[in-house]
Amino acid sequence: MKHTISVLVENKAGVLSRISGLFARRGFNIDSLAVGTTEDKNISRITLLVEGDDYIAEQVTKQLNKQIDVIKVRKLNQDEITRRELVLVKVKMSSAQRGEIIDIVKIMQGQIVDISHTTLTVELCDRPDKIDILIELLSHYNIIEVARTGIIALQKGAESV
Amino acid sequence: MITGADAIVRSLENEGVEIIFGYPGATVCPLYDKLSKSKIKHILVRHEQHAGHAASGYARIKQRPGVCMTTSGPGATNLITALGTAYMDSIPLVAITGQVSSDLLGRDVFQEADITGAAEPFTKYSYLVKCADDLPRIIKEAFHIASTGRPGPVLIDIPVNVQNQKLEYTTPGEVNLRGYKPTIKGHAGQIKRICKAINNSEKPLICAGGGIFAANAQKELKQFAEMINIPIVSTMMGIGAVPTDHPLYAGMLGMHGKNIANQAISESDLLILIGARVSDRAVLLPANVGNNTKIIHIDIDPAEIGKNLSTFIPVVGDANQILTQVMSAQTERKSDDWPGLLRSKKSKIKIDYNPRKFGINPKGFVNLLSGMLPNDHIYCADVGQNQIWSAANCQIRQGRFLTSGGMGTMGYSIPAAIGAKLADPDKTVVAVCGDGAFQMNMMELGTICQHNVDIKIVVMKNNKLGLVKEIQRNSYKDNEIAVDLTGSPDITAIAKAYGIPARSIDSMDVAEEAIAEMIRHKGTYLLVCTVDENESSM
Ligand SMILES: Cc1ncc(C[n+]2csc(CCOP(=O)(O)OP(=O)(O)O)c2C)c(N)n1
Repeated sequence: MKHTISVLVENKAGVLSRISGLFARRGFNIDSLAVGTTEDKNISRITLLVEGDDYIAEQVTKQLNKQIDVIKVRKLNQDEITRRELVLVKVKMSSAQRGEIIDIVKIMQGQIVDISHTTLTVELCDRPDKIDILIELLSHYNIIEVARTGIIALQKGAESV
Repeated sequence: MITGADAIVRSLENEGVEIIFGYPGATVCPLYDKLSKSKIKHILVRHEQHAGHAASGYARIKQRPGVCMTTSGPGATNLITALGTAYMDSIPLVAITGQVSSDLLGRDVFQEADITGAAEPFTKYSYLVKCADDLPRIIKEAFHIASTGRPGPVLIDIPVNVQNQKLEYTTPGEVNLRGYKPTIKGHAGQIKRICKAINNSEKPLICAGGGIFAANAQKELKQFAEMINIPIVSTMMGIGAVPTDHPLYAGMLGMHGKNIANQAISESDLLILIGARVSDRAVLLPANVGNNTKIIHIDIDPAEIGKNLSTFIPVVGDANQILTQVMSAQTERKSDDWPGLLRSKKSKIKIDYNPRKFGINPKGFVNLLSGMLPNDHIYCADVGQNQIWSAANCQIRQGRFLTSGGMGTMGYSIPAAIGAKLADPDKTVVAVCGDGAFQMNMMELGTICQHNVDIKIVVMKNNKLGLVKEIQRNSYKDNEIAVDLTGSPDITAIAKAYGIPARSIDSMDVAEEAIAEMIRHKGTYLLVCTVDENESSM
C-alpha cells in the first residue's frame, strides 16, 4: 500500500540529510520525495510517497515527528487530496514519427517544450497515473531520458496540514 | 565585543555548568584558553570516549546534562561511541567539538571530520556553528533539547575561527522551537482508561524502565505501586527504580533476568510499561508476553509506543506527571493475593551463592558487596558476564545502578563512576568490571589520581572475555576463539604503579574482610577477584 505523507520542516541546512538518513537507517521504503519551499520562506514542504502497511506508515510519521526540525507531519488520505507530478520526456524520432507523437501529447494534454531535428521533449503535469500512461505510450518510440519531480499533494477543500 | 570562545564559556556558566570532561587539541585551543579563566572545572580524561562516559555518569546522578569537549577529527570521532552509548540510554549530554576553520570546511584539511554527519544517528540533535553571533542561542537550545522530552546527547561542532570571531553578547530569550514541544501531561481520557483497566485487571504488573530516572519518578512509582498493590519488574535500565528489596519488586526481566520476573510478565493480564523501550533484550519475543495481556505503555517518546509491542492504551508524557495524575484519579483497587503469590515464588528461588573450590563466586560477591556498601551507594556495572551477575544480584536500596544498557559498551563503568562521584562526592561509588573491559579503560586511573576522585573498583578476573566465551561454549560447540586474555598484566601492579592501593582475592572466605578494607580506605581502591572462567552468567 502507498501512503502520501506531507511534512513541514525548517528550511535549514542539514534537515534533508537527517531525514533521508533516517529512512535509510530504519529501512523505510520511499518511492518518491519532493521538496520545495512554502508560502513561508523559512519552511519547506516535503511530500513523501511511502510503500508499506499501516505499521510502517505510523513508524514513518512518528520518527519524522521526533525530528527537532520537523514542524508538522500529516498522513494524507488518498481520496481527499490533489496530487500532481511533473515529467519531462525526451524522445528520439524520425520525421515520419513526429506527427504520431504530437498526437499522443495532445491527447494526454501535455506540451512539446523543445524540439530538434531528431528529438522532441514533452512536458506533462498531471496525476502520477496519467504520467505513467504517457511514459508507457512514448516507450514505443525511443525514449532517451525521463525526469520526474516526484509527487506533491495538498488536501482538497479548505483543509490544510 | 567578546570572542566566540568567551561567549561559549559565558553561556556554559549561564547554564550552571560546573564540570567539563574533555581532551584538548588545536581546534579547541581558543575555547580552552578562555575556559582557564572560568570557575568551570575541567577534568582531563585519558581518552575522549571516556569524556563522554564520564559526562554520562555525571548527568545520571546530577539530573542535568553532562558536558564533554574534544578537538576536531580524531578527538571528535573518538567521542562517537560515548555519544551512541548515551543516545541508546537517553542520557542528556552536551558535547562540544572543535572544527577546522569554517572557510576550509569540506576540503579534507588536516583533522577535518564531518562529525555532525558521522554522529547523526547517535545524537538527538546537532549544530555546526557558522557564525559566533549564534553561539549563545545555540548553547541554550542545546541544553534545552538534551534535557527535556526524551533526553539525549546534543552535539555542537564549533569551527576554530568562529571561536575567535567577535560578537556582541546578548542573553538569549526563552527557547522556542516550533518543531519541538514534548508532551508532559498525560491525556485525561487516557488516564481514565488506565484507571479503568487497572480496576478491571486481576494480575496487573508494572514494568519500570530507565525513563523512571529520567523523569525523577522513583518516589511516585513506589507510591503508586504501594497504593494499589501492584508488583513491579524492571528492565536493566530500570534497576533501582524501586528498592530491589521492596516487597513488591519481582526483579529484572528479560534474556538475562530473573525467571520470576519473566514468569510474572507472561502471567499478568495487564502490563504497565513505564519509560521502558521493551527492546529485544528485555522482552525476548512479544510471545513472552501472555496472549491475553493488555499493555499500557507510558513514555515521553511517542515513537517508542507501539514500536516493539502493540499497545492497548498508549499514553505520551512524563512518567512523574502521569503517575501523579493516575494516583489522583485512581479509586482504590481491592487487594488480592497476586503480589503475595509472586513474593512467595520469589522467596523459594535459591540462587547459588555458595563458595567455590577455586575463585570467587561472582554472584555471591556482588550481592555481598552491594549489601555492605552504604544504602545509597552508586553501583556502576560494566558489560559482559560481570554485568549480568551485577544486574541480577546486586542490592540497590536507595542508590543507583548505572550501566550501558542499550549499547552494551565495554569500558563504561570506570569513567561513568568518575562522573558519578564528581556529581555527588558524598556518595560511595563502585565500578565493577571484567578484566577485558578494565584493559579498555584502565588509563583512566591517571584521571582518578590527577583529580583525586575516590571510587572503588572491582575487577572480576577470569582471564577471558567471559561472555563471548560463554556464547562460544553454548552456540559454537565450545569453539573458543579470540577470547583468551593471556598477556594481561598483573592488575594490582598496574594500580600500584598509579599509587592506588590494590589487593587480589581468590576465595569467598576473605571476601567480606576484603570488601570491608576497600570501603574503609579513604580514596580509590582496586580489588581484583579471581573468578573461574567457567562460571556461567545465569
Ligand atoms: C566495546 C565493546 N567491544 C566488544 C563487545 C562485545 N563483548 C560483550 S561482552 C564481552 C566480553 C567482556 O569481557 P570482560 O570485560 O572480561 O567481562 P566478562 O564477560 O569476562 O565478565 C565482549 C567482548 C562489547 N560489548 N563492547
